[in-house]
Amino acid sequence: MAVLEVRNLHVEVDGKKILNGLDLVVNTGEVHAVMGPNGSGKSTLAYVLAGKDDYEVTAGEILFDGDNIFEMEPDERAAKGLFLAFQYPLEIPGVATMTFLRTALNAQRKKRQQAELSTPEFMKKVREAAKTLGVDQEMLRRGVNVGFSGGEKKRNEILQMALLEPRLCVLDETDSGLDIDALRIVADGVNRLRSPERSMVVITHYQRLLNYIVPDVVHVLSRGRVVKTGTKELALELEAHGYREYQEEAA
Amino acid sequence: MAIASTRKRPRERFAKPMAELTLIKTAAEQQIAAAWDAAKDRLPGSRALRAAAFERFAGIGLPHRRIEEWKYTDLRALMRDAKPLANPPDAAAKARAQGSGKLLVDVDCRRLVFVDGAFVPEQSQLDALEPGLTIQTMAAALAAGEELVTAHLGQVVPAQDDVAVALNTAFMGDGAVIRVAAGAALERPLHLVFAASGDKPASIFTRSLVVIEQGARVMLVESHEGSGGDYQVNTAVEVKVGDGAHVDHVKITAESATALHVSTLMAALGARARFNAFTFTTGGAVVRNQLLVRFDGEETIAGIRGATLIRGRQHVDTTLVAEHAAGGCQSRELFKSVLDEQSRSVFQGKIIVRPRAQKTDAKMATHALLLSEAAEADNKPELEIFADDVQCGHGATAGALDQNLLFYLKARGIPAKEAEALLIQAFIGEAVEGIEHAGLREALMDHVIAWLAARAARTGRAERG
Repeated sequence: MAVLEVRNLHVEVDGKKILNGLDLVVNTGEVHAVMGPNGSGKSTLAYVLAGKDDYEVTAGEILFDGDNIFEMEPDERAAKGLFLAFQYPLEIPGVATMTFLRTALNAQRKKRQQAELSTPEFMKKVREAAKTLGVDQEMLRRGVNVGFSGGEKKRNEILQMALLEPRLCVLDETDSGLDIDALRIVADGVNRLRSPERSMVVITHYQRLLNYIVPDVVHVLSRGRVVKTGTKELALELEAHGYREYQEEAA
Repeated sequence: MAIASTRKRPRERFAKPMAELTLIKTAAEQQIAAAWDAAKDRLPGSRALRAAAFERFAGIGLPHRRIEEWKYTDLRALMRDAKPLANPPDAAAKARAQGSGKLLVDVDCRRLVFVDGAFVPEQSQLDALEPGLTIQTMAAALAAGEELVTAHLGQVVPAQDDVAVALNTAFMGDGAVIRVAAGAALERPLHLVFAASGDKPASIFTRSLVVIEQGARVMLVESHEGSGGDYQVNTAVEVKVGDGAHVDHVKITAESATALHVSTLMAALGARARFNAFTFTTGGAVVRNQLLVRFDGEETIAGIRGATLIRGRQHVDTTLVAEHAAGGCQSRELFKSVLDEQSRSVFQGKIIVRPRAQKTDAKMATHALLLSEAAEADNKPELEIFADDVQCGHGATAGALDQNLLFYLKARGIPAKEAEALLIQAFIGEAVEGIEHAGLREALMDHVIAWLAARAARTGRAERG
């Protein structure tokens, strides 16, 4: 059963064509890696999925559980189970991480017509998730991502993902800016969330991340479309030979 | 026709004598003069003090945009008429004001209630005064020629040439006269509740004097609110802070939507004192908050902060003069405004450092958040530094909410209006954090949240549709 279907997606930013007929189908429980050189449209795909403004979709469609995603606001997509782990998580001074997490979780629950969590229930959930990711209580009291290191910001993204329990996770270059130890913590956090009910799209430039988060399917993106699809071995091949042949092919 | 022509300024190139210039008055100026003639014999206290103040006003007239201090708040244009002096409140007016001060209902305060500018003892708490605390009404103190009043009134931070203060001094009716003896620490905040009954068009002039002696600890709150109606308020508070005293002052302005409100805080700070002022404004059609703070003693630390949240055609002006007259003091000024629809905020902040005020450390910042294309913020920071070993700085910004932050919040499932509210709360919160009393902080943030909820309710449906 397809959770995500991207069909012939064409996207422009400021009149410049970034995605050029992209197709991608992700089934329930699958982990797909989307790889590609710089400028191939990987982050654009992530942002269009999450619903950022400034991206003009000129053709194509995206279905999430069979529903047209373009008819939904970003918060509605999130409440329906879509989660984007940002490449560059933002700092929000003055909004305590705890407040942010609670507001987000309860907003989603409200939209799904579930009861809001009580304070003790919420605290228990946060503490458990924070513990496994090595996020300490002091970080939760601070403003969202304010004064966090690169690794701490990425861990905070995965903490949010663990709390919000999405059905489709889009990880945008989650490995960028991480040293090997931080990468392992983040990847372990992601792997713990793998389940037959949850699908993932792991966007990355390097194969390295895929040693830790092993994908079921690997796609190569070049010039705004998928030029090759294969198994995890395709990632190793890319690591050995680079993106060059695909860039030429796409041209 | 006659009124229209009187609004114009005389043609000054003919260099007419002063006496002739002042003949031409606006309708409001004429009404003020008539009110003075009618009331001058029955107002309490020294006639000479009032008459001198009125003469100063008469010489200047209502300030307009060509007067630098009033450039962004043209009082002459904004004040089409002057309302008649308020009558003492009757039972019905007092009953209407009964719920005033509810913003601080969860804070245990000693309340002193003034309705339409007159003290209402039955709604006030004058029992079991803490040792060292004395409270009188201004009307009684003026009539009795109380020594505290004659010694300090108009002299804490002299501002004779200020039109608002001159008018206040000429017409002041009632207010609080508070003295806190050396070393006394008041646990409960004092809450001066100024309520307008909105009964009929009225001008309300209140004046308070607070003398805090050496080493005393006081939290002083004043709230100004109205339940509707067309009225004008001119209120002034003088606060003398003794050496080593620790004083918080919070002013809440939540006047009704049609009210004109002009206020002046005059505070003189002794040595090694701590002073925290917060000016919070959400209500009133036109509000001008003047803050005149002078550092008279060394090594005093002061925070002068404020937050304004307005909409519609509201106009709120904060005019601050922080004068460092003694060395080694630290001042932090932080003013934030949130402007929706066609509202306008003005911030004029001046830090003066006198030649002897070496080692002054002063930082002033003003930030405006514009929630609509039509909102306007005017920020005018000024530094006048006459000492050579100081650290002074200022910063001013005006801008919209950060779209990237909003997207981040929305991507986590938080609806747009809620995301905006979170960011606005955080923006205001930075200033409110400067208030030491947790209960007061929470009460103000609750008011911010209510303001944001009303905004969401107003616009949410329209934007979704």
